[in-house]
Parts: sequence; structure tokens; C-alpha cells
Amino acid sequence: MNNLEVLIHSDVFLQVKEHLESSFPYEGCGFLFGDNKNARVITKATPALNNKTGDQRRRFEISPLDYMKAERLALEQDLTLLGVYHSHPNHPAIPSEHDRIQAMPFFSYLILSIQEGTFAKATSWRIKEGTQQFEEEKLKIPQLQNH
Amino acid sequence: MAKIIIPTPLRKFTEQTATIDSKSETVQAAIEDLAKLYPGLQQHLFDKEGKIRSFIRIFVGDDDIQALDNEKTAIQEDTVVSIIPAIAGGIS
Repeated sequence: MNNLEVLIHSDVFLQVKEHLESSFPYEGCGFLFGDNKNARVITKATPALNNKTGDQRRRFEISPLDYMKAERLALEQDLTLLGVYHSHPNHPAIPSEHDRIQAMPFFSYLILSIQEGTFAKATSWRIKEGTQQFEEEKLKIPQLQNH
Repeated sequence: MAKIIIPTPLRKFTEQTATIDSKSETVQAAIEDLAKLYPGLQQHLFDKEGKIRSFIRIFVGDDDIQALDNEKTAIQEDTVVSIIPAIAGGIS
């Protein structure tokens, strides 16, 4: 078992959860920001437009221009762009092959399972160094007892 | 010199440097020179055939090089080249 951990502030997690529940039955997505100096802590999230042409119930895509804006926001607010969140509507919070092959190193990939519009489970994943394989990181959400 | 902006997830391979100056004259040369300078970037920028990976987009200013001259797109002294990872996925 690895010792990867990510802590997300509970208010930020609730914002992500509400965004992804309201996106149901489509996949919602956005960016995660925070600090990575001593420990990985997510202090901010911004929703992004699911720009995927085709079935947005099974796929998401964020436009390159929105990605550039996220990088600029991180610089302006002295934050680190730490990763991406997205939902799996009516599916488990387990990364798919599509998630894996396009994943980048360093980023945390936060996945929320949304079942019939209601949050069910959250997991977070990172690409193992030197591979293109995910490994799960421990997701810590203060004040939320179930996760 | 032109500037190449390194996306956050690849900065671990550039000693956390966010911006690299480049004297190259085309996007292809600039990205190749970058990968020579920081070999850890190679597998993330190029596929096995030596082409820029399909999951990486390159922008010159606010324009995708796919709408310009692809990898042959010329860069000038004041050009800003952004390397942008594809952010996509989904269930099953």
C-alpha cells in the first residue's frame, strides 16, 4: 500500500459534490487547486465546462483554453494546480481505461460516483511514477465522517 | 526569445521551472530541444514514432497549432508556446 494522501477542505468538497450532482445525468468536471509543499491539500475548486462532443453521460473533456485559464488562475492566486475532478454518473468511482490512458503525472484525479443524482462515493487517484498506471491515494475530508 | 510554458504536471521533469526560453524557429524544434534539455519529458511529449503525442496540445498564443501549420508552425521572438495536456476521460 502506498502512502499517498490528499486532503480536501470540506467546503471545497461540498462545492464539488453539488456541482457534480447538478450535472447528472451528464459527467461534470473541474479543476482542483491548493498546496503541495509538505502535504497535498486542496483548498479551491473551479467548475469547468464539459466540452465533449458526443455522449456527455459517459465522457468529459475540458477545452485547452479552459486549461490555460486554470494554469493562469493558479499563478495569479499563488496556488498549485493539483488536479482534476469529474463524475461517474451511475457508475462506481473507479477510473476507467479512458481516464487512465489520458492521465498526467503529478495530478490528483478525484472521481465522484453519482447515483441517480445523489453522491455515493469519492476516490482519488494518481499516476504511479514512471508508469501509466493509477494508484489510489487516501482521500481525507475533515468533518465528513463517511469518507 | 520565445517562451515555452510548461504545464504543472510536467514541471517535475523541468526542476519546477514553469517557463523555458527557446531560440528555435518552429514548434517542432522547440519541443524537441526542450525534451533534449529535460529528457524526462520525452515520454510525455512524444509517441514511439517521435511525433507529439495525441494527448498533448500545443498552442501558440491563443491558437492551436492544428489551426496553424501544425508542428511546422513558426515561432518568433515574442511567441508564447503553451504545452497543454488533454484533460478528458469518462466511464467505461
